[in-house]
Amino acid sequence: MTTLPPAPAGPTPAHGEGHASHPSYTLTGFIIFLCSESVIFLAFFAAYALLKSTATSWLPPGVEGLEWRTPLQFTVVLVSSSGTIAVAEHFLGKKRLWAFRGFLLLTMAMGALFLYGQASEWSGLSFGFTTGTFGSLFYLLTGFHGLHVATGILLMGLMLGRSFYPGNYEEGEQGVIAVSLFWHFVDVIWVLLFLLLYAWQA
Amino acid sequence: MTLTSLDPGILKAAHPVPGAPNNWKRFFSFNTDAKVIGIQYIVTSLFFLLVGGLLAMIMRGELITPEADLVDRTVYNALYTMHGTIMLFLFMFPVLNGLNNLLIPCMIGAPDMAFPRLNAAAFWLVPVFGVILMASFLVPGGPAASGWWSYPPVSLQNPLGHLINGEALWITAVALSGVSSIMGAVNFVTTILRMRAPGMTFFRMPIFCWTALSAQTIQLIGLPALTGGAVMLLFDLVAGTSFYRPEGGGDPVLYQHFFWFYSHPAVYVIILPVFGIFSELFPVHARKPLFGYVFVAIASLVIVGLSLVVWVHHMFPSGVPQWMRDLFMVSTMLIAVPTGIKVFAWLGTLWGGKIQLNTPMLFSLGGLFNFVFAGVTGIMLATVPVDIHVNNTYFVVGHFHYVIYGAATMGVYAAIYHWFPKFTGHMYFEGLGKLHFLLTFVGTNLNFFPMHPLGLMGMPRRVSSYDPEFAFWNVIASLGGFLLGVSIIPFLLNLVSSWVWGPKAPANPWKAIGLEWLLPSPPPAENFEDNVPTVISGPYGYGTGKPLVEHQEAYERALQEA
Repeated sequence: MTTLPPAPAGPTPAHGEGHASHPSYTLTGFIIFLCSESVIFLAFFAAYALLKSTATSWLPPGVEGLEWRTPLQFTVVLVSSSGTIAVAEHFLGKKRLWAFRGFLLLTMAMGALFLYGQASEWSGLSFGFTTGTFGSLFYLLTGFHGLHVATGILLMGLMLGRSFYPGNYEEGEQGVIAVSLFWHFVDVIWVLLFLLLYAWQA
Repeated sequence: MTLTSLDPGILKAAHPVPGAPNNWKRFFSFNTDAKVIGIQYIVTSLFFLLVGGLLAMIMRGELITPEADLVDRTVYNALYTMHGTIMLFLFMFPVLNGLNNLLIPCMIGAPDMAFPRLNAAAFWLVPVFGVILMASFLVPGGPAASGWWSYPPVSLQNPLGHLINGEALWITAVALSGVSSIMGAVNFVTTILRMRAPGMTFFRMPIFCWTALSAQTIQLIGLPALTGGAVMLLFDLVAGTSFYRPEGGGDPVLYQHFFWFYSHPAVYVIILPVFGIFSELFPVHARKPLFGYVFVAIASLVIVGLSLVVWVHHMFPSGVPQWMRDLFMVSTMLIAVPTGIKVFAWLGTLWGGKIQLNTPMLFSLGGLFNFVFAGVTGIMLATVPVDIHVNNTYFVVGHFHYVIYGAATMGVYAAIYHWFPKFTGHMYFEGLGKLHFLLTFVGTNLNFFPMHPLGLMGMPRRVSSYDPEFAFWNVIASLGGFLLGVSIIPFLLNLVSSWVWGPKAPANPWKAIGLEWLLPSPPPAENFEDNVPTVISGPYGYGTGKPLVEHQEAYERALQEA
């Protein structure tokens, strides 16, 4: 192919230098994935709304309703952790790696605290996964969300480990941006879930 | 998946350059080259086409007489369940993903897909869930037998009480298929959005890329819903939850909503790329620009939008409220508008063209003919009174097979012949190709046309024995079915012998316009490498003399020298 015209001047969208993979596609792909992932939650939400609004008896016998005050406290913890990860991102932008690591760790701790709250709520409930439709949906929704929180903590751990490799953040922080987006996503889903499970008890 | 896309190693390292072009072993490895993965997909899917076809042959053998005499009734239930599942999840989706892998990077001038390793992982999930599904033939109680849609409460029966049963394996396989398809969809959409050659604006993209983008968008929106629904079904089956179990307060109709929210759009996932194939092939083999390019492109997006609000037409008899029936009848009929625009555009393209009746063109024309027929019966089925009358009869089966085999699979055959020289470097044998077309076209119509009168007469689907008054049309359908079985022989013979002994293919045997035809046959590992052309005009400039890219002569000269 020596007779071909030279490659267009400057990096083109289709091709950079050499045959390196293009980091910037990661974020595009990740956002597309998150949009797709949100449909699973929407499907579960729709199932909950549909089954609840058509049910003749909803809560298991002997259950008056869900206690919402303690979950609300853990909700505040999880939602504020969206703020701490944003602060972590900010410090990464300023190249202050230790501040970044500190706030990332704080975010992970807040996520873990939320999971602890979830687990202690589960252990105190009088109904189980197979106690009728409400029980099935309650554990499915909170469990699937909890799985996402755990995944988020794991990914943050990965980013924390990466931050100790020298030169890892010189070309941008796509991974951190992606994890941060994921964390905000998990928070938004929880707020909707809280409204659905705890606020809508009429 | 999240881990794959975040692995820091991938971001920094150059992705591995695949092995030497003539090393056959690359097809059996975790290769990251889209062109290798494309062929892996297509070959795997053709294997499962044979498996699914064999099951269909057994069913047609059973139905050649009114009595249930060839197989046991419960075996028959498993046969149609597995036939449908294999053909959709292991033939149709993989073969289209194979074409996507071969065509999209070449057509837009990208060196590869956006995430090559994710791409390979998505492919290797196919044999994994293929094996899981096949394993269900070996477990006690046999494979799933509740139809390819697996409605509860039928699908929740587990008479032998084993944890690993055919139904559980079926759900696992379908869920894994969903994961694989979502991984693929993220990749295809990112590639098309981000990796187009300079100058290739959206409205200079080949229609195949438009339809692939549309189809993969449907995958991204629809598949998670099915996957969520399938997870709930699995819990109901193995853990004793009550999402769909009426005795625990669950609602079986909820599953139908989940299933059809994805599985109706899924037929657009299948047919949209075939629309793309028609739109690519008609201009080439009729030597005319595509009529109404912009409208054909936008019609794909309109189909995506409408496809998300038609699913309840599968549930007209499932006790849904009347307002829902009315709404979904109208939305279903509206689909005919963008689809009709496309058919009109293809006819406008063919009108007055210099039509060359080679194998790809014959398959495209035959596919278009069958598609129009299927479209007419589709409108009939969208009408609530007709649908309730013929619900669960052979009329529905006939309509569906005209779409999936008559139009979609024939379109896939057309694409395989058309791009075979490009990706193997060899020409196929025209005589065998035409024989394949003749057998397929006659077989399709013999097999699937009789299902329409049968359905109108009232023959239910999914039965192994029937009233003798239905015998005449069933015998014809079975003969057509066996003819379709025979039609695969010249096809596979052609593929294998042409690849081994076929004459060497030039870079552009069809004198076609498109970036993929500016590459050698077969294209090198990274397509244009550093010489990505700058696109300066739309994709179908037949007879206009307008060059497609800057320095077009230089690219053509390089191909001739090579």
